[in-house]
Amino acid sequence: MLDKIRALITGTQVFRSIFRHGYPDNDANRALVMFSNVLLHLHPVRVRRGALKIRFTWCLGGLTFFFFILLAITGVFLMFYYVPDTRRAYNDIKDLGTVVYFGDLFRNMHRWSAHAMVLSVWLHMTRVFFTGSYKPPREFNWVVGVILLVLTLILSWTGYLLPWDQLAFWAVTVGSKMAEATPFLGSAGPFGPELGMGPENDNRFLLLGGTMVGQSALLRFYVLHCLGLPLIAAIFMAVHFWRIRKDGFSGPL
Amino acid sequence: MADTVETHGNKADLAGLIKKSAEGTRSPEDTVLVWPHLVYIELISILFATAVLLFLSIVSPAPLEELAGADTTPNPTKAPWYFLGLQELLVFFDPWLAGMVLPSMIIVGLIIIPYVDPNPNGKGYYTFSERKFSMLGFSFGLALWYILIVIGVWFRGLDWSWYWPWSDWHVHMSVTAVKLVDMEILIQDLLGMSPDPVVTFGRYAMTSANIVTWVLFLGYFAVGFTIPFLFLRSFFNKLGLIRYNLVMFFFLSMCGVPLKMFLRLALNIKYVLVTPWFKI
Repeated sequence: MLDKIRALITGTQVFRSIFRHGYPDNDANRALVMFSNVLLHLHPVRVRRGALKIRFTWCLGGLTFFFFILLAITGVFLMFYYVPDTRRAYNDIKDLGTVVYFGDLFRNMHRWSAHAMVLSVWLHMTRVFFTGSYKPPREFNWVVGVILLVLTLILSWTGYLLPWDQLAFWAVTVGSKMAEATPFLGSAGPFGPELGMGPENDNRFLLLGGTMVGQSALLRFYVLHCLGLPLIAAIFMAVHFWRIRKDGFSGPL
Repeated sequence: MADTVETHGNKADLAGLIKKSAEGTRSPEDTVLVWPHLVYIELISILFATAVLLFLSIVSPAPLEELAGADTTPNPTKAPWYFLGLQELLVFFDPWLAGMVLPSMIIVGLIIIPYVDPNPNGKGYYTFSERKFSMLGFSFGLALWYILIVIGVWFRGLDWSWYWPWSDWHVHMSVTAVKLVDMEILIQDLLGMSPDPVVTFGRYAMTSANIVTWVLFLGYFAVGFTIPFLFLRSFFNKLGLIRYNLVMFFFLSMCGVPLKMFLRLALNIKYVLVTPWFKI
């Protein structure tokens, strides 16, 4: 009876147009599912037995990617309720806790995932170093990984401003003070004034869209946090994963 | 049916498989199918991570302080935890170094690692004995990074003073009047040198003590570059001229950070090198 229903469903043109393989309960279909599913296609069909050893990779790269996806999902939810306007932003965040169903849960998940991603990307880098997995031919993928690490930190930092509370405002004020001290480019940095850098044309001004953290800064950080940086990170991630498949795994994988 | 499906991934995989089997590193009987063996490990780790995050979200909600205001400065003002190591460096270095140059050097230093490490050993497995220098060097930097973060998160309170976990975090630490002094002044007083400038470049009036600090600063790097070259020639030969100079520059700069911290804490030295444009 069940087999009949299953055959009826899997035999339809619609089902066959979506799934190019049968249920993966035999080796042929288990291989096919890897070829024909774009997400599973990130994997090879077979891996060495050692790849199942969790104590080699600790799943850190995969988890970092998972946290990124989780951040995208919870982030989209938060975007529905958040307006990057200095007069509204703080109250919008407050509303998440008092008015929006599960608003607090999504915000808390977003925050913890962000912490987890920063930590897991560091640990992933440490693991890759300790197993020497950056050695030829994987040098370039290490470089891409370092860029992704920096992007993760900037992503997290730009999100820090959005609640527009004291914590956010002053953390970003401190951070942008650092930008001001950049050699050559910052108005308070070595050789900055000599090159004509002032508070109204240096790199801090570029970052904040003004001379202090205000509406322009909030909008810039919002756009970078929700659109610009995730897009750039996604491109680098695509390269990162593709290179793993092309270069092969270094370890017992 | 599997035979008829040929994707680019499949072909590349086959080529890789053949190559690796030839190397004797991978034979078909050692391999397992990714579905289900690897996929379910991924699923379990994802579920586990989600459970942990949900738990943390419920027991430890995200903070929300008062509305942002430029007129009330919190004390202390802390950056996000992952930048607190750099903020802690502000105690010892000027912002252009702690906030911009040192982080940039960390990033560039990390990027060049694969290109300056010619050691073919230790690829794909955990080992310390086969790559002692790189493991020690990396771990040293890592330890420095994490220790500074721990200090910044848990040991810095009001006025960025040192607070123990059992201290009263609401009371200002009595400020012991530590007089910080530049190294050139220290040297000047110690050796009885004249405070009059010897050479002048525009705004820069160099005293003889200032020249001594330049000699010491550049000497640190010069000696650091020379010692392995003289006494560990095999290390130099393995790396070659360009790699050796890159490695030594970043390694010595990294060691310079705790060295400066030591000078500041032990001898109350504010700057080791002073110019009108930058101070180190």
